[in-house]
Amino acid sequence: MLEETRIVLRNVDEIDPVSIEDYRARGGYEALKKALSMTRDEALSEIDKSALRGRGGAGFPIGKKLSVTKAVDADQKYIICNADEGEPGTNKDRVVLSGDPNSVFEGMAIAAYIAGAAKGFVYLRFEYPYIFPILEQALENARKAGCLGGNIFGSGFDFDISVVSGGGAYVCGEETALIASIEGKRGEPQFKPPYPGVKGLFGKPTVVNNVETLANLPQIIQNGGEWFANIGVPNCTGTKVFTLCGNVARPGVAEYPMGTNLKDIFEAHGGVKDGKDLQGFMLGGQSGNLINPDQMDLPMDIDTCRARDAILGTGTIMVMDDYCEILDIVENIMSFFIHESCGKCTPCREGNIRMHEIIHNINAGDGKLEDLDTLEELAEVMQITSLCALGQNSSYPVITSLHNFRDDYLKAIERGQRA
Amino acid sequence: MRTNLEANWAVTPETEQKIVDTAGRYQTEPWQLMHILLDIQKIANNSFPREVAVIVSRETGLSEASLYSFISYYAMFSPSERGRYVVRMCESAPCHVRGSKAVMEAISKTLALQPGETSGDGRFTLEYCQCLGLCVNSPAVMVNEAVYKDLTPGRAATLMEDYMRGDYDA
Repeated sequence: MLEETRIVLRNVDEIDPVSIEDYRARGGYEALKKALSMTRDEALSEIDKSALRGRGGAGFPIGKKLSVTKAVDADQKYIICNADEGEPGTNKDRVVLSGDPNSVFEGMAIAAYIAGAAKGFVYLRFEYPYIFPILEQALENARKAGCLGGNIFGSGFDFDISVVSGGGAYVCGEETALIASIEGKRGEPQFKPPYPGVKGLFGKPTVVNNVETLANLPQIIQNGGEWFANIGVPNCTGTKVFTLCGNVARPGVAEYPMGTNLKDIFEAHGGVKDGKDLQGFMLGGQSGNLINPDQMDLPMDIDTCRARDAILGTGTIMVMDDYCEILDIVENIMSFFIHESCGKCTPCREGNIRMHEIIHNINAGDGKLEDLDTLEELAEVMQITSLCALGQNSSYPVITSLHNFRDDYLKAIERGQRA
Repeated sequence: MRTNLEANWAVTPETEQKIVDTAGRYQTEPWQLMHILLDIQKIANNSFPREVAVIVSRETGLSEASLYSFISYYAMFSPSERGRYVVRMCESAPCHVRGSKAVMEAISKTLALQPGETSGDGRFTLEYCQCLGLCVNSPAVMVNEAVYKDLTPGRAATLMEDYMRGDYDA
């Protein structure tokens, strides 16, 4: 049976999340202490050696992000923890933040030391108000113990963190939208460049990283980049925290090495709930892919998924049993993107509406075979011309369901034509 | 959509003071604007009416237009009146595949409200919302800031009855 490899989740359910004593008893803040005894270049080189890639979905190497911001000369720099976990089917960051907030704070402090920042923000989505008091209490305890705040461990390094709230906008998971939101503006994505690493929050160089990414940093510093790079697969190192949801027998959040096979993860969680038949999976969240059971022999890492027309994304694995109607699900997903598109760019604002309309019509028995070509064409335009990842990715569930569940579309069209 | 509210919320000297105090945090921590406005919305019975915006504008120096530009963008703000309890049913895919529709029907029937409506006594507003991040415990619903997981239509109806009876009133 597949066993978990817990790096990010190592303390979850093992400690009182707000207790600094509990966290330190398990080696907490030793990594920060070690980093502070190194030069910033030495610490960065461990991160580079680890080859850690961002866990929020895009998979960008964090070492590169840090080195960009480190190289900029500025009077103030910021570290932002992106805890706007809005991708439907994903609740891993909720588990990390509410179960072991200090691992994220320590990761932020290490990133801040390397990049040269003195201030950090945790952007916590509105839907997690019950995590706020946990973070505030954990921060206060960490400050009292001298692990955060001024002159940390007598090193002369200052770093403190504020928790800020989201307002229920999915697009604020996009880094420039998130930054605008903290600045008190509408959370609309901005054109890049300039990238936040050079010109971000309040115009200052800013490193934005996902909760899970940051929680990996203390372990990398503590055990060395090479140790981390030996976990997972060569181009995609370390572990991934997966969210198993939908019609799965044992839903939950679980951590496995990158490259672990989807079918093993699925089996480890008991297969389909109530002994029903498997219809397929939604991988990587609602902006991810719908795959059928024939595609289940799939190593779950960023590049293999991409090469096989799937997506690792945030690590969502939503199981669909044979009672699910694929077109209902896709229609539901597209109404989500209509709601969450910020409306700034036309391909996303209009494209999602049209896509939803076409799928709704097919599902209602008013579809034509040509609609399938229209969907492909529309998806291509949206992917190429949308400003941010929302519009670039929102057509993935449509296109992949069209490829992997084509019969469902054809049957619905045929049903309509017969009627 | 809305029917005659019996219990209209209005600014009193006491609530005005609370709003002024909360808005005052903006001067030292401008990055907390979202949090500040959400706290103010709680004082104002889950809504952000014009009379509240006037006070906030005066205290923060932000124009009413920029305040509304901000709050109209984010799903969690409402310029129009809402009930004491905002019931948010998650309609995203992980809840959808585990029966959120039937749960919503049970809630809707128990509260006698359609999504988007507020009850005549000003106690409940029913809304659909996007992912609550409780996907491993779907279907899920949020009532103000409390979350309820692994719902069935029966459990959801009972929960609403508890709220209607006043079990959760402070």
